[in-house]
Amino acid sequence: MTVVSLRGISKTFGDGGTTALQEIELEIETAEFVSLIGPSGCGKSTLLRIMGDLTEPSAGNVIVNAKPARQARIDRDYGIVFQDAVLFDWRTVAKNIALPLELSGWDRRRRSERIKEMVRLVELSGFEDHHPWQLSGGMQQRVAIARALAFDPSLLLMDEPFGALDEMTRERLNLELLEIWRRSGSTIVFVTHSIAEAVFLSTRVVVMSPRPGRISDLIEVDLPQPRTALTREQPRFFELVTQVREALHLGSELEGGAPAPRGSEASV
Amino acid sequence: MSTPVAVQPVPRGGLGRLVGRRLVDWLPAAVVLVLTLGGWQAAIALFGIQNFLLPKPTSIAQTFWSDRGELLRAGWFTFQEALGGFAIGSGLAILSALVLARWRGVGRALMPYAIAANAIPIIAFAPITNAWFSPLTKTSKIAIAAVLCFFPVLVNTLRGLTSVRPSSLELMRSYAAGQVEIFRRVRIPTALPYLFTGLKVASVLSMIAAIVGEYFGGSFDALGVLIRSRAQTFAFTDAWAGILVACMFGIGFYVAIGLLERVALRWMPSAEE
Repeated sequence: MTVVSLRGISKTFGDGGTTALQEIELEIETAEFVSLIGPSGCGKSTLLRIMGDLTEPSAGNVIVNAKPARQARIDRDYGIVFQDAVLFDWRTVAKNIALPLELSGWDRRRRSERIKEMVRLVELSGFEDHHPWQLSGGMQQRVAIARALAFDPSLLLMDEPFGALDEMTRERLNLELLEIWRRSGSTIVFVTHSIAEAVFLSTRVVVMSPRPGRISDLIEVDLPQPRTALTREQPRFFELVTQVREALHLGSELEGGAPAPRGSEASV
Repeated sequence: MSTPVAVQPVPRGGLGRLVGRRLVDWLPAAVVLVLTLGGWQAAIALFGIQNFLLPKPTSIAQTFWSDRGELLRAGWFTFQEALGGFAIGSGLAILSALVLARWRGVGRALMPYAIAANAIPIIAFAPITNAWFSPLTKTSKIAIAAVLCFFPVLVNTLRGLTSVRPSSLELMRSYAAGQVEIFRRVRIPTALPYLFTGLKVASVLSMIAAIVGEYFGGSFDALGVLIRSRAQTFAFTDAWAGILVACMFGIGFYVAIGLLERVALRWMPSAEE
């Protein structure tokens, strides 16, 4: 089943100003893990926000779970994780995770069962009564993921969720995220700057190029599941990383400018 | 927020935690108090300052102690006026702030006037509220205290309600949360520290307003009337004792609001420093 369907999406900011996105066509199927990768200004975050009906496209159609994106948002069909964890300091870890459940009108007993389950899922048992400022950045982001998954959304939108974390933490959370994805069976759309992260996590990588933002390549990632720390050492992993990197540089060259220096924006 | 911090155990607050300070932390302030009172007392003896200019702290204390029944009754009377004005003024200010934060157009239209009104020396209206509500009633003092409390609470609360991070609003939007939910779960909790700042200012102002209101005429049970009449009959030590009582109620009120703040904002990192 198609979870997200984008038809002819364009987005311009200001009055006839910059074209952030031009004629985007993309279909995302159930249980896919799709990464959007590209240099700054290619509109990947804007595209994610359009899927979540947090930004209106200037033209085109967004269908999520066979309904308009707005209806999907109102029906709470997706969970979202931002780069900043966006936790409420006055709420404990448990209460932060409970937020969407409260808004959906779950009763206390059902909420607390669910919280227990989610806390275990993101391995934060024992921290339920902590406040966000007592946690490390990585732990805060895990709370945000637990919150996004709390009401079992069929679609999880993630906007550079690990961008602010150090490499070690990021790699560990990548493994955890894959485990969560496998267990929950949800569809994930993941925005990132990192080629290695995109290849490691995804079933498909959407390579985008800037000015105007468009899809320059779609790369199937055929690495076997489940992926482990060893996946990063397989020759096929390096091949795919190279393929994505070349697609990114090709996309930049199409723009007419000089090819981006290696690792300027997107880096391994 | 993004800086990783060591994971500490959840602080559990006892009363000591709640007050936030150990007794030893109060020591510098206590030393200053003792030195000030000692210096005051010594200066009077040394320079032969006359009693009507400045009585000795010990004689103020003696007067306070011998007249404590009457003084505290008067203080309580005036405090009730202050409390009434504080409750009405702050309550209206909070409601107004909610309205102005919800409908920003209204806010933009009214805020310049609210800020301008804040610059008016409202205390100058005390004789006028006395005329409106009859000087002998508590109502006239409650009215002036309410007006004086209104603006600091309004301005602070409004700032708090509107200083929500855009990403928080976006998160709520992703949950399709309505305005009521956004106020209840994001804006109001965000505004609470700001609200308490306003309430603390208002608590002190309310006591000042009630006493100044009484200077322009009030019941014989009122502290302001007592201070004024004692000063007029050259009973300056009595007047000073009255001022001491006014301070006690004002500071007590402020401290009470501060404690309430600590209870309400126990989650705040700064409250655990």
